[in-house]
Amino acid sequence: MTNTIPCRKMFTDTLVELAKQDKDIIAVTTDARGSVTLDTFAKELPAQFVELGIAEQNAVGVAAGLVSAGKKAFVCGPACFYVARSLEQVKVDVAYSANPVKILGVSGGVSYGALGFSHHSLHDIAVLRTFPGMHIVLPCDIYQTKKLVEELIDYPYPVYVRVGRNAVPNVYESENVEFKIGKANQLTDGDDLTIIGTGETVYHCLEASKILKEKGINARVIDMHTLKPFDKEIVEKAAAETGRIITVEEHSIFGGLGSAVTEIVSQTHPVPVKILGIPDEFAIHGKPLEIFHHYGIDADGIVNAALT
Amino acid sequence: MSNVTEAVINRLQLQSEQIRKRLVEIVYTSKSGHIGGSLSSVEIETALYFHVMNIDPKNPKKEDRDRFILSKGHSVEALYSVLAAAGFIDDSLLETYGKFKSLLAGHPTKKTPGVELNSGALGHGLAVGVGMAIAAKMDKKSYKTYVLMGDGEQGEGSIYEAAMSASHYKLDNLVAIIDRNCLQISGKTEDVMALEPMRQRWEAFGWEVFDVDGNNISEVVNTFLNMDYNNKPKLMIAHTTKGCGISFMEKVAKWHHGVPNDEQYTEAIAEIEERIQQYANVSIR
Repeated sequence: MTNTIPCRKMFTDTLVELAKQDKDIIAVTTDARGSVTLDTFAKELPAQFVELGIAEQNAVGVAAGLVSAGKKAFVCGPACFYVARSLEQVKVDVAYSANPVKILGVSGGVSYGALGFSHHSLHDIAVLRTFPGMHIVLPCDIYQTKKLVEELIDYPYPVYVRVGRNAVPNVYESENVEFKIGKANQLTDGDDLTIIGTGETVYHCLEASKILKEKGINARVIDMHTLKPFDKEIVEKAAAETGRIITVEEHSIFGGLGSAVTEIVSQTHPVPVKILGIPDEFAIHGKPLEIFHHYGIDADGIVNAALT
Repeated sequence: MSNVTEAVINRLQLQSEQIRKRLVEIVYTSKSGHIGGSLSSVEIETALYFHVMNIDPKNPKKEDRDRFILSKGHSVEALYSVLAAAGFIDDSLLETYGKFKSLLAGHPTKKTPGVELNSGALGHGLAVGVGMAIAAKMDKKSYKTYVLMGDGEQGEGSIYEAAMSASHYKLDNLVAIIDRNCLQISGKTEDVMALEPMRQRWEAFGWEVFDVDGNNISEVVNTFLNMDYNNKPKLMIAHTTKGCGISFMEKVAKWHHGVPNDEQYTEAIAEIEERIQQYANVSIR
């Protein structure tokens, strides 16, 4: 059955249920309750909801203050703004000050495909990876998103979560999925090459592996949901056992998943790595899947990369 | 309106001068620091830490403590001297200031007991203070949050986002202070980027504003203690003198950051010592 629930909705639905049991869970937003899908939270738990208007810098600072005073603050809004407009607040008030704020960046990557580069967030992983103490997670489907929210409530570090805007196909079969921040999941066995995805590209990696299988190529697929802390062991093992890696990300080819993988294998198990992502240009406008296809980060593109 | 006794004021004046002396010593010893804005903010911090705030140096994370954020993080020498005098840190730690691997960085960090936020980048403290004040309201706690900003810092737009939200949420448990010494690193604030009319701007944002002589400890303490809970966030515009208490540094922009040479140091300490003696004598009498 096709999934119709966007990850952002699963995130906030889970948050509302948990917040009903825990008055310290606070949702903070910036005139984005619609785009984040926080309407239910705002309606049912007004005393735990902080609206700050269109002011991302203030929202991140306020969330840091709330956390500092013992609250479990989730600051929620479009990814493109939280990792650009309020980046210094994320750096100083959250990461440097070790305030375990949870930032939910919705409609990340090229979700707002037609709206242009101002609304794309293709630099977030690269930037946030360089902030000590900052953790980064890109869940790939609703089941993983639900598990993630449950783990985030009392997670003692600041975390940036990026999800897309539209509903995406399920990668996992049920919410009984195994999930732990920092521990990647191997989805298929295979020794011919490894394909590593993160967030929405994981589904495309799996689809590509099915096509490759028909061609007699056994690909190992890894769901690298956590970009930091990075699961080094699974990458080293894949490099040693498959000898070749393709990384696939809805992110600039600079500084993201591909970079993290090459930083590891180049130092411990040097093998060829192909980095699929958005090249050094302002991404074209279009629907997200059209953009995925254009830049070769869908199943077709991954298969082509595997065969060449 | 109730005012504190003369004896309390005299004690606070004496403590202010002792802190002033200590901060000059650490700037001189470390050969680094932002001395001008530290000197101008001494009475504000002394009033808060030694009479106004509910704090416990032995239990710096006490749940119901009043919070203080030094948003103008560069004036850290005053804060470290206050934290040492109040007993949050050992005085000997001040000797490490500015040295290799010192716990005490050139801007405050939470690794130092008593510090609530890593600051240094300007325009951050008030938003974090808003978060703390909202949390206090949510938890029906009576603690207050104090945020000390610089006047040059008022150029940062993020302050006005925070100012809006503080009045929107009726945070009368939030007290902002502007160290209005009228100088920033490049010269007079009004020449660099005009900040007046400051009172009217903040009143327009929905704040209750108090103009005080920020180097007059009696005015500062009594104003802090007589702020009402009336649904309005509070702003104290503390009119101060940059470099306050050291004649040759007063109102001179280059002492925003600067290290006195041997001769200047001797002169500065002598001037402060004279006042310490004066207040100590009153104390004894």
